[in-house]
Amino acid sequence: MTRFAIPIAIFVALLALLGIGLKLDPREVPSPLIGKAAPHFELPELHQAARTFSERDMLGKVWVLNVWASWCVSCREEHPVLLDLAASGAVPVYGLNYKDRREDGLAWLKGMGDPYKISIFDFDGRVGIDYGVYGVPETYVIDKSGIIRYKRIGPLTPEIVKEKLLPLVRELDRA
Amino acid sequence: MHRAAALLLFAALAASATGKEAAPAAADPVLEKRVMALAEELRCLVCQNQTLADSNAPLAEDLRNQVREKMRAGKSDREVVDFLVERYGDFVLYRPPLKATTILLWFGPLLLLAAGFAVMLRRVRLRRESGDAEVTDADRKRAAELLASGDPK
Repeated sequence: MTRFAIPIAIFVALLALLGIGLKLDPREVPSPLIGKAAPHFELPELHQAARTFSERDMLGKVWVLNVWASWCVSCREEHPVLLDLAASGAVPVYGLNYKDRREDGLAWLKGMGDPYKISIFDFDGRVGIDYGVYGVPETYVIDKSGIIRYKRIGPLTPEIVKEKLLPLVRELDRA
Repeated sequence: MHRAAALLLFAALAASATGKEAAPAAADPVLEKRVMALAEELRCLVCQNQTLADSNAPLAEDLRNQVREKMRAGKSDREVVDFLVERYGDFVLYRPPLKATTILLWFGPLLLLAAGFAVMLRRVRLRRESGDAEVTDADRKRAAELLASGDPK
């Protein structure tokens, strides 16, 4: 029996390793932007193209930047969560309308409700690239000094908002 | 005669077929070559098992355009790669850099090889120490008897 002990131990270890591997999400790429200053942008607003908005306008406030698009299926799933978050007033939510058509973006907000204080319009996805966006929706929490503190790739869920986003916002607000 | 004509036709067809496979005629073929060479080294983030050069995802196209633009502006390959790594992390590189976090990735296989070698060496040495079993005259006699009896069992 003992001669099988080592092979069995190796097998069990391998099984455990593969089991952990199954649980990991290979799509979750760690962002190098966490802890760094939010990349600068100055983009027209979605509703009023003549007005621009910049991340610098938000210095001194903790805020959430959510990247969305009318063509994005997961955004539809995420939308009620954002509406709830915005309605709670816990943190201002700003939108980055990514590679969309203006009329499509506006129609989407009209039909589904608008959780954003302001949505900015990133038609060619340049700002998206600066923010390392590769899978809409993505969500960033940016602190008072303009540092990115959290990034979520994929839709926000009520659990993530409650367990990660809101505690972080509260902590950053106190800082 | 017919055969020669058919051959010619075939050759012409083959030539036009390879013509289609070639890279799209760009304004600057040298630049395009550089862009594609670098894109081969970079991972598309949307379809993660493709390179930026292979992928048709819109983001890959955007990133190729960015690479092209930066190169046109006179940036070196190194600078372009740094630009992408700053935004998307080491993940975009198909050749991960040698860092503390990637040491296992780089040397893990070597480590496994060394471990395998150690196990093998130990086994061989153990076997040598135990030595071959001594064959006695009695054994020989018994073997001869078995062979002579012709019983396959």
